[in-house]
Amino acid sequence: MMKNQNLTQNDKIVDGQKFKDEVILDIDKVTISYSGNPAVKNVSFPIAKNRITSIIGPSGCGKSTLLRSINRMNDFVEGVTIEGHVNYLGHDIYSGEIDPVEVRRNIGMVFQKPNPFPKTIHKNISWGPLINGYQGSTDELVEKSLRQAALWDEVKDRLYESALSLSGGQQQRLCIARALAMEPDILLMDEPCSALDPISTSRIEDLLFELKSRYTIVIVTHNMQQAARISDYTAFLEMGDLIEFGVTDQLFTRPSKRRTEEYVTGRFG
Amino acid sequence: MGVGLLAILLIQVTVDGIKWLDYQFLTSFPSRFPYKAGIKSALVGTLWLIVMIAMVSIPIGVATALYLEELSRKGRFAKLIEINISNLAGVPSIVYGIIGLAIFVRGLGLERSLLSGALTMSLLILPVIIIASREAIKTVPMSIRQAAYALGATRWQTAWAHVLPASFPGILTGVILALSRAIGETAPLIMIGALTYVAFLPVGPMDSFTALPIQIFNWVSRPQQEFHELAAGGIIVLLIVLLTMNATAIFIRQKTEKKLQ
Repeated sequence: MMKNQNLTQNDKIVDGQKFKDEVILDIDKVTISYSGNPAVKNVSFPIAKNRITSIIGPSGCGKSTLLRSINRMNDFVEGVTIEGHVNYLGHDIYSGEIDPVEVRRNIGMVFQKPNPFPKTIHKNISWGPLINGYQGSTDELVEKSLRQAALWDEVKDRLYESALSLSGGQQQRLCIARALAMEPDILLMDEPCSALDPISTSRIEDLLFELKSRYTIVIVTHNMQQAARISDYTAFLEMGDLIEFGVTDQLFTRPSKRRTEEYVTGRFG
Repeated sequence: MGVGLLAILLIQVTVDGIKWLDYQFLTSFPSRFPYKAGIKSALVGTLWLIVMIAMVSIPIGVATALYLEELSRKGRFAKLIEINISNLAGVPSIVYGIIGLAIFVRGLGLERSLLSGALTMSLLILPVIIIASREAIKTVPMSIRQAAYALGATRWQTAWAHVLPASFPGILTGVILALSRAIGETAPLIMIGALTYVAFLPVGPMDSFTALPIQIFNWVSRPQQEFHELAAGGIIVLLIVLLTMNATAIFIRQKTEKKLQ
């Protein structure tokens, strides 16, 4: 848990230690309500650049809602209000001057269920960059993105077939490739493995490890083992409150809150 | 029961009209001698109408549906428009005929032309197209929209590139059903003054015209038995036009659905 909310970004203190990574995005006293009922209450923690931050917690604790506030996807849900600030590279993405479309170009998202467009594999990847003014070769872009998502070898001979002909795990990697094609700074993932089998899941976890060097990843998961395996930082939410935020190893082995310990040891949730 | 009655009706019409159906019937203008009479001008008039109604009503109808479903804020105003469109769908067609007469024929001075007829019929079927298109748009899964928004697409880009193509089969079905309704309608055309005896073909949208239902109506109202049988022949032609349109709709729909899967 952060001890002092008023420090500047580079002086963040986490678990009593100076936050040693560069902060790319700072969630600052964020409260999100659905028609007046708060789903996320006064939550603050930093997102470290080129690290994987996972958000864990029992179902309905507000972790997906919080994730979707980072790239303003909550704008499309009726009756949602947000208080507080989400500072991305020093700008509050909820201030009036910021165009939410611009935010989503820089902060990509992968959803719980694979949701490829019902179009060709090629088109799935090239569409996003093309509408945003990409000028270069789409073939190169498609190959690069698919390679990054470890899908190239499986689909290189069928780029012009429908994306819906792929298996669930392949579709999810295609969705990751689609998000990567935009070259986002941050990649948000909302339980990306919950609809996948264990083999597809482990492939995606390997992939996240490789992507870490180039992207910042924030992942919501209800799978604690997954959070422990892949993430550098972990935030634990319960009933909309941030119970604990810290370095993953510490949070799982020496949690400072009793509630966290009970959750990570599987006593509830 | 209903299907049985329909079958009896169809058989009756076919028996009456089939002997008049020949090349001469399709290529002759109307005449006061039954054996010389044909439906050339009515058939051509109907084809003109279909094309012109489609050109007017599809862009406006689909754009309206897209606006209401995807782009507008869901507020009182949208609700008001929604209720009005539903109400318009239930207005009797003769009322549209009166509106057409007042606005297009007299008000805009378009005379008793194909254009007046097509605009009037477009008004008649717009609510149907809008409602059908909205239903089709609603069936597009939210996840596709979210995927597009998350890539930094605007609402408009998302609607144009993903929602519209995905709902295309449903919209097409609605449009063709609406067009079928339009070409079967008689009342508004009588109201705006489609002619019943036309011995020439329309060459432009400002020409006067007749249409299949008008010609059939005209023949049925004559006393001679031969003209009643001619009317049956006209009905068969009208049904063939309708069935062709519906078959086209089914064909295109199945083709596009296969492409999506």
